[in-house]
Amino acid sequence: MQMEHVKGRRRGEIILYALSTCGWCAKTKNLLGELGVEYSYTYVDRLSPAEMEDAIREVEKYNPSGSFPTLVIDGSRVIVGFREAEIREALK
Amino acid sequence: MTGEGIPDEIIDARVEKIRKDAEDGGYLLNPDPDFVRALVAGICINEQRYGYAACPCRLASGNREEDLDIICPCDYRDSDLNDYGACYCALYVSAGVAAGTIKAPCVPERRPGRQERKKMSENNSANVSRKELIPVWRCRVCGYLCARENPPLICPICKASQDRFVRFM
Ligand code: SF4
Repeated sequence: MQMEHVKGRRRGEIILYALSTCGWCAKTKNLLGELGVEYSYTYVDRLSPAEMEDAIREVEKYNPSGSFPTLVIDGSRVIVGFREAEIREALK
Repeated sequence: MTGEGIPDEIIDARVEKIRKDAEDGGYLLNPDPDFVRALVAGICINEQRYGYAACPCRLASGNREEDLDIICPCDYRDSDLNDYGACYCALYVSAGVAAGTIKAPCVPERRPGRQERKKMSENNSANVSRKELIPVWRCRVCGYLCARENPPLICPICKASQDRFVRFM
């Protein structure tokens, strides 16, 4: 799946599943930028149909409602939505 | 967030239309104008992409019928306004959030997941029985009646507050 990589401080494997049109996704991305951590992200709404289906399944695995933003840290910790305090705490 | 080729004037005009419709109906928009503009740009992009104004914070299917519940304003807006003080995207907010005294909350997704939606559409009968459970509210000021889980925060007709409503049926 097409992922964009952002360089920064290594705090584990951080993946952000986002929508390019969503305000909370943008805020989450800005927060990751502010925290200066290394992460990968994908705008699921901009993927090709086949890649989109893969991405949706991946998101659903971590977050059954399939909502965005979904932030996955080291394949185990999942933060759904722009939960600022929780994200700051997890990546400090 | 970019306008994906949508001219600024189109987005600005849409912001104004949404603002006016909101005000006319007793709704309030997020106090952050840049946040509002970005969401409205998302609505315009979705309309261009899918042919309907799907919620910018949800992934549309491209099939209007499947997404009727998330065409903005979505079916969930008023319940989320009532329970959390903002719609899922925080485009529409309560008076407290609009005034800046309360921060826009992170609203959990109320829309059922994909699998659940599929099941729901397969057994339509559930929707029929639900209809009878929806209460009807009456605005004591102007007599406006509405069938929904809770009365609106502001009466869309006379702008009386939610506590002026009584259960009618
Ligand atoms: S959550 Fe808000 S912005 Fe999104 S469709 Fe519903 S009313 Fe519109």
